[in-house]
Amino acid sequence: MNTPILEMKNITKTFPGVKALNDVSFSVAQGEIHCLVGENGAGKSTLMKVLSGVHPHGDYSGEILFAGQVQKFRGIADSEKAGIAIIYQELALVPDMTVYENILLGHEIRKGPAVDWNETIKKANEMLKKVRLDINPASLVKDLGVGRQQLVEIAKALCKDVKLLILDEPTAALNEDDCDNLLDLIRHLKEQGVTCVLISHKLKEVIKIADTVTVLRDGKTVVTLDAHKGEVSEGVLIKHMVGREIDNIYPRREHKRSEEVVLEVRGWGAHDNKLGRNVLTDVHFKVRKGEIIGFAGLMGSGRTELAKSIFGNPDGYTLSGELRVKDEVRSFRHTSEAIKAGIAYATEDRKGNGLILIQDVKQNITLANLAEISKRGVVNNNAEVKVATEYKEALSIKTPTVEQMVVNLSGGNQQKVSVAKWLFVKPDVLILDEPTRGIDVGAKYEIYSIMNALVEQGMSIIMISSELPEVLGMSDRIYIVSNGRITGELPVGEATQEKIMQLATS
Amino acid sequence: MTTNDLRKVMRQNIREYGMYIALVAIMAIFTANTKGIFISSRNIANLLNQTGYIAVLAVGMTLVIVIRHIDLSVGFLAGFLGAIAAIALTSWHMNVWLVLVLVLALGVLAGLVTAFPVARLGIPSFVASLAGWLIYRGALLLVTSSKGTIIIPDDTFNAIGNGYIPDILPVDSAFLPGLHKLTLILGFLAVVWFIVSEIGARKSKRSYNFDVIPNDMFVLKIIFISFVLGLITWVLAGYNGLSWTVVIVLGVVMVYDYIARQTVLGRHIYVVGGNPEAAELSGISVKKITFVVFGSMGFLTALSGILFASRLQSATTTAGTLFELDCIAAAYIGGVSAAGGVGKITGSLIGALVYMSLMNGMNLMGTDISLQYVIRGAVLASAVIFDVATRRRKR
Ligand SMILES: Nc1ncnc2c1ncn2[C@@H]1O[C@H](COP(=O)(O)OP(=O)(O)OP(=O)(O)O)[C@@H](O)[C@H]1O
Ligand SMILES: [Mg+2]
Repeated sequence: MNTPILEMKNITKTFPGVKALNDVSFSVAQGEIHCLVGENGAGKSTLMKVLSGVHPHGDYSGEILFAGQVQKFRGIADSEKAGIAIIYQELALVPDMTVYENILLGHEIRKGPAVDWNETIKKANEMLKKVRLDINPASLVKDLGVGRQQLVEIAKALCKDVKLLILDEPTAALNEDDCDNLLDLIRHLKEQGVTCVLISHKLKEVIKIADTVTVLRDGKTVVTLDAHKGEVSEGVLIKHMVGREIDNIYPRREHKRSEEVVLEVRGWGAHDNKLGRNVLTDVHFKVRKGEIIGFAGLMGSGRTELAKSIFGNPDGYTLSGELRVKDEVRSFRHTSEAIKAGIAYATEDRKGNGLILIQDVKQNITLANLAEISKRGVVNNNAEVKVATEYKEALSIKTPTVEQMVVNLSGGNQQKVSVAKWLFVKPDVLILDEPTRGIDVGAKYEIYSIMNALVEQGMSIIMISSELPEVLGMSDRIYIVSNGRITGELPVGEATQEKIMQLATS
Repeated sequence: MTTNDLRKVMRQNIREYGMYIALVAIMAIFTANTKGIFISSRNIANLLNQTGYIAVLAVGMTLVIVIRHIDLSVGFLAGFLGAIAAIALTSWHMNVWLVLVLVLALGVLAGLVTAFPVARLGIPSFVASLAGWLIYRGALLLVTSSKGTIIIPDDTFNAIGNGYIPDILPVDSAFLPGLHKLTLILGFLAVVWFIVSEIGARKSKRSYNFDVIPNDMFVLKIIFISFVLGLITWVLAGYNGLSWTVVIVLGVVMVYDYIARQTVLGRHIYVVGGNPEAAELSGISVKKITFVVFGSMGFLTALSGILFASRLQSATTTAGTLFELDCIAAAYIGGVSAAGGVGKITGSLIGALVYMSLMNGMNLMGTDISLQYVIRGAVLASAVIFDVATRRRKR
C-alpha cells in the first residue's frame, strides 16, 4: 500500500495498577480504512486517546509520527490542528441544542464579536450534505435517534480539516440499517481522501469494510492483517482476539419447558404525558419460567418503554391494562416494588442511567441489593468486597481491584458491571436491554453462557436486542415490537431475519 | 522511607491533606500574629464554641449538596427556631427539655416542607429554599418585633452554648492542678481508639491485598494525628475542658459520618447524588432520599438555632443572618462537589474550622471588617480551585 499517514511506535501507557498499552506499534496507510479490534480492555480506546492528545505527550512513552512529522500533542486542540478528528465511544453532543449549533460548537463562525447564524446554518447544511443526512438543521439533537446523532457527530468532526478520522465503536448503538448507512458514509469519505480508523466489536462489519485490521490483546499488538490478501475472516479475528477458537458464538442448550407463567401482560397500554401520545398500545405477552424471550424491533419501537412500564414505571406513564406476576395482578408504584416482586431491568444506557461512574466497582455491583450484605441498615464492607470479587471473576471484569472507579473501566467492562449488578439481585424475571452492546465476542460468549445457566436454575430472561443474530441465537421465543405494538410472535424454529424485519417494519 | 514514597502518598491524598495543612498554616499564622493569643486555651475553647453552630449546619448542607440541591433557608430558620425556643421558655414557661424536643421536631418539619415542592413538584431547591429564606426572615421579625431581643433566663438551656462538662476531681486538687481531668481522660481514650481502629482498618485492607501506604508512612501518620489530638486535648484541658457544644458537634459528626459511610441509607444518598436516574432504576426512591436529607437539614438547623441562642443567651431579630452562606462556604472548603455524589462529613467539619478560624483570627488581629470579607472570599475561591485541580489530576 502507499505511504503511512500515521505511525505510532512502541507506545506504552500505564495507569495505576494497569499497563493499558505495552509497547504497541500501529501504522495506518494513507487513504485506507483501518479497523482496530480486540477484547474489552485490550487498550483500543486508550491507544486512540494517546493519539489524540487526551493522554498528553509525556504521559506515555513511545513516538508518534503523523503526516511525516514527529508529533507531541499536549491536548485535543493540538491533534485537531494537525488534522486528526476523533469520535468517542460516548457521544459528546449537547442534547438541548440544535443540530447546527452542535456541528459548529467550538468553531463558531463570527461576524465581529457575534456569531453569524446565517453562515453557521449554511455551513452546517454543507456538512449535513457531506454525511448525507437530510434533516432540518434547526431540530434539537435530543429529538433525533441515535443513528442520526452519530451522523451529526461525524458532521461536526468534518467541519475541521480532517485527514484522519477515528471512530470508536460508532455502530455499537445502531440498528442494521443505520449501520449500513454509516459504513457507506465511511466508504464515501474514503473516496474523498479521508483516512479512517474504526474500532468495532461487530466483526461482520469489520470484514465488510476494512482494508487492514489490527488486533490488540492485553495492551499488545497481536497482528496486522491485510483484507485484500484474504487474510481476514471472523474465525481468524476471534482467534487472534481471544487467543482461542470459539466455534459457536451462541451456545444453545435445550431448555426444560415449563408451562408456569411468571409474567404476563394483557391489553397493556402506556401514555406518555410529556410527549402527549401513546407509547404502547394493546400489548399482550407472557413469559414462562425458565425461558429466554427475545424482543426484536427497530430503535424507538417501544421495547425499552415496555420494559420500563413493567419495571415500576419510573417515567410516570399513564398505564392501562393488566400486569400479572406469578398469577397475581400487580401494579407497582416504584421500581423498588418491582424489584421486590422479582423483576429486574438492566438498562441499555449504562452511562446515562445504569452506573454511578464516580463510585467504585463494588459499590455499583451491590447497589440494587444492599439489603443482602447489610444488617440492620449497616453495610458489611467485607461481605461487599467478597461479593463484588465473585462477580468480577465470574464475568471476567477487567479491573485491578473492585475498588477501581467505574469511570476508569473500558466501555465493555462497564457493561459487565451493569449486568453484574442485576445478577446479584437474583430476580425471577431479568430484563436485559441490549446486554451485549459494546462487548467483545469472548465476553459475549460468557454472558450468553451465564444467561443459559440462570435459565437452567429457573430464572426467566427477557432480552431486548437490536442484533438479530443474537436474538435468533439465544431466544426460545421472539416477540416483534413495532410502533408500540406487538406485531408478531415467533418460536425460534420458525424465525428468520427476513420474517422479523418484515414484522418490525409493518 | 524514601522521599519518593512520601511524595507519592502526598500526591494521592493531596486533597485531604491539603485541608489539614491549610488549617495548621492558618492557625500558625494567626498564632504568630497575635503573640500566641490565638492558640491560648481560652481562645481555642471560644473558637470551637463559635464553630459549633456553623459546623452542624455544614454537616447537613454537605448531604444536601451531595444530592445536588441547596438549602438557603437554613440561616433564618435557625434564627426563627432559636426565637421559638426563647419564647417557649419565657412566655409559655415550658420545661427546657420539652422545648428542645419541640424545636428539633419543628426543624424536621420545616425541612420536610422545603423538600415537598422540590421532591414532589420538581421545583429547583434554590428557588424553594429562597422562598423559605424570605418567609423565615419575616417570621423571625414577627415573633421578635414586640420585645426586640428576648433574654433567656434558663441556666440549663444556656449551658448548651456556654457550659463545660463537669470534672471528676475538683480543678485545684493536688493531682494535675489547673487541668480538666475528665477532658484529659477522654482525649486519651480518643487517641487510643484512633490508633486501634486505624490498625484494624489497615489489617483488613491487607487481608484483601489492597494497597496500603508504606509502614513508616503509616507510623508517621499515626504519630502526627495522635499528636494533634493530644495537643487539642491539652489546650482544652488548660481552660474549662470540653464544652457541651464541642460534645454535641462531635456527636453529630460521628453519627453522620457513620451513616454516610457505613449504612444503606448513606449509600443511597451518595448514589442519588452520583446519578439520580440510575438510582431510581435501582429501586432507590429519589423522592424519599430528598425528604430524608432535607429533614435532616431541618433537624440540624434547629440544633444550630439552639446552639446560637444558647450561646448569646437570647434571641435577636437578626439571629442566623448569613449562616446559610457561611455553612455552604464551609462545605465547599471541606471538599463537597457541586456536581453531586462527592463530599465527606469530616471534610465539612474541617471546612467549618478553617472558615471560623479565619474569622476568629482576623478579629483578634483587629483586621478591618471589609478586608475580612475579601480574605474569606479569597480562601473560599482558592479552596475550590485547589479541589477541582487536584481532582482532575487524579483522573
Ligand atoms: N483513566 C483510567 N484510569 C485507570 N485505568 C484506565 C483508565 N482508562 C483506561 N484504563 C484501563 O486501561 C485498560 C484499557 O482500556 P481501554 O478503554 O483502552 O479498552 P478498550 O480496548 O477500548 O475496551 P472496550 O472494548 O471495552 O471499549 C482497561 O483495563 C482499563 O480499565
Ligand atoms: Mg473502548
